[in-house]
Amino acid sequence: MSGIITAKDMCLWYGNHKALNNVSIEISEKSITALIGPSGCGKSTFLKTLNRMNDLIPGVKITGDIRYGGMDIFSGEVDVNNLRKEIGMVFQKPNPFPMSIYDNVAYGPRTHGVTNKVELDGIVEQALRDAAIWDEVKDRLKKNALGMSGGQQQRLCIARALAVKPKILLMDEPTSALDPISTSKIEELVVEFKEKYTIVMVTHNMQQAVRVSDYTAFFLHGELIEFDKTDSIFSQPKDQRTEDYITGRFG
Amino acid sequence: MRKNQVLEKAIHGIFLLLGLITVGCVLLITIYLVISGIPAIREIGLWDFLLGKQWASTAAEPKYGILPFILTSIYGTAGAIAIGVPIGFMTAVYLSKLAPTKVKSAMQNAVSLLAGIPSVVYGLVGMLVLVPGIRKVFNVPDGASLLAAIIVLAIMILPSIIKMSITALDAVPKEYEDASLALGATPIETYFKVSVPAAKSGIATAVVLGVGRAIGEAMAVMMVAGNVPNMPDSLFQSVRFLTTAVSSEMAYSSGLQQQALFSIALVLFLFIMLINATLNFFLKREKE
Repeated sequence: MSGIITAKDMCLWYGNHKALNNVSIEISEKSITALIGPSGCGKSTFLKTLNRMNDLIPGVKITGDIRYGGMDIFSGEVDVNNLRKEIGMVFQKPNPFPMSIYDNVAYGPRTHGVTNKVELDGIVEQALRDAAIWDEVKDRLKKNALGMSGGQQQRLCIARALAVKPKILLMDEPTSALDPISTSKIEELVVEFKEKYTIVMVTHNMQQAVRVSDYTAFFLHGELIEFDKTDSIFSQPKDQRTEDYITGRFG
Repeated sequence: MRKNQVLEKAIHGIFLLLGLITVGCVLLITIYLVISGIPAIREIGLWDFLLGKQWASTAAEPKYGILPFILTSIYGTAGAIAIGVPIGFMTAVYLSKLAPTKVKSAMQNAVSLLAGIPSVVYGLVGMLVLVPGIRKVFNVPDGASLLAAIIVLAIMILPSIIKMSITALDAVPKEYEDASLALGATPIETYFKVSVPAAKSGIATAVVLGVGRAIGEAMAVMMVAGNVPNMPDSLFQSVRFLTTAVSSEMAYSSGLQQQALFSIALVLFLFIMLINATLNFFLKREKE
């Protein structure tokens, strides 16, 4: 197992509240890892630590070691903006900017210095194609993104994340606000992405974890209870608490 | 039961009546201004009145051209906007997005205080500090000038611009900013490329409010602008605004002169109606 991200004994506090306790995990490259667990178990918190979005919350303290490609992501030498460029994120609620569809996708590349119109057009088209939304929007690239449906907005957000050419894609319950058809479209995409990207996805939906992921991590009360191949977790969980959760006894 | 209904209706009626007081005042003022402003314009001639470059209301052969006042009001307001908006806007971005909580609340208190200072105090401080200052720094015979008025107005419009812009910037959903940061944009890039554009109609409203405040101000500019009906040819010219043109002669005016002052008020009123219409346009767009 070649870990592109490794966390070791990671703890996180919001003020005095300890939200994550000694989490150690190794996420392998070009795979899909699902983070499951009941609300408030720390799975989203853990996800947001990986691209350092938790830094933005006042009063957060993090200890332990998280490495991306062997490099400590909290070391002073790491450029956090560059880290976030390589580790992209898709949020729970579709959050396109109140701008045109084109400008949404072009925002990232522009921020990172692409100014050439032809190059930018190419990046935008490729990202929209990769997010399987090009055919739906190619004739209205100049229209405001807020006029799209929720499912389209979320795929646009995926395209926007892909446009900066990340290596890892963090997805925080990306389908929880969507209808079943949009959800299955996004699940199909995620499975395709495995060829090019490493995906870490928080999900509330255990069927979704079974359908798309290679590995599953089960979080409970801020601890990583069990982490294994998805098949193993769902067919023969080692921990009683995992079994109770996946069989629906709580959560 | 029936008694209750009667009471309900009576109270409804009272509220309606109270509401109508405001509407009634607006209507009354509008009608009064139009009626009393039209005769002088008829007698002087619309173009001679609006475009005449000379105002000499007490001369043996009186001249009633208000172009100097119109231009002074426009230049003064534009100058105040040119100085006040960048300062106010940057302050708002700082307070809304960057400032630590303690600094934010302290500075917001200061801004509210600035808004509460009566305009005569602005005028007084302008007279005692700004006017002599301009005389010395630019080495001109009299510091009471268009420039002094612009600076005073710029400071006076700061609170409305800052407060309105902060409200608009605070209302930008955090999700937008998170999305931008997650793409690797720096916080400053995020604020200027995402937050500010998302708040643009609120910020435009802030600017329009500032324009309204500046163009309607009389007391402070009367005290620092020199109050001489010159054409505003230079920043150091002593000038008179539309507002001060009315207030400085009203007390002793009579006949056509007095009617002409009403006409000036009518022009000012139309300017402000125009600004209000613009404001409503932006507010409406904000809601959508």
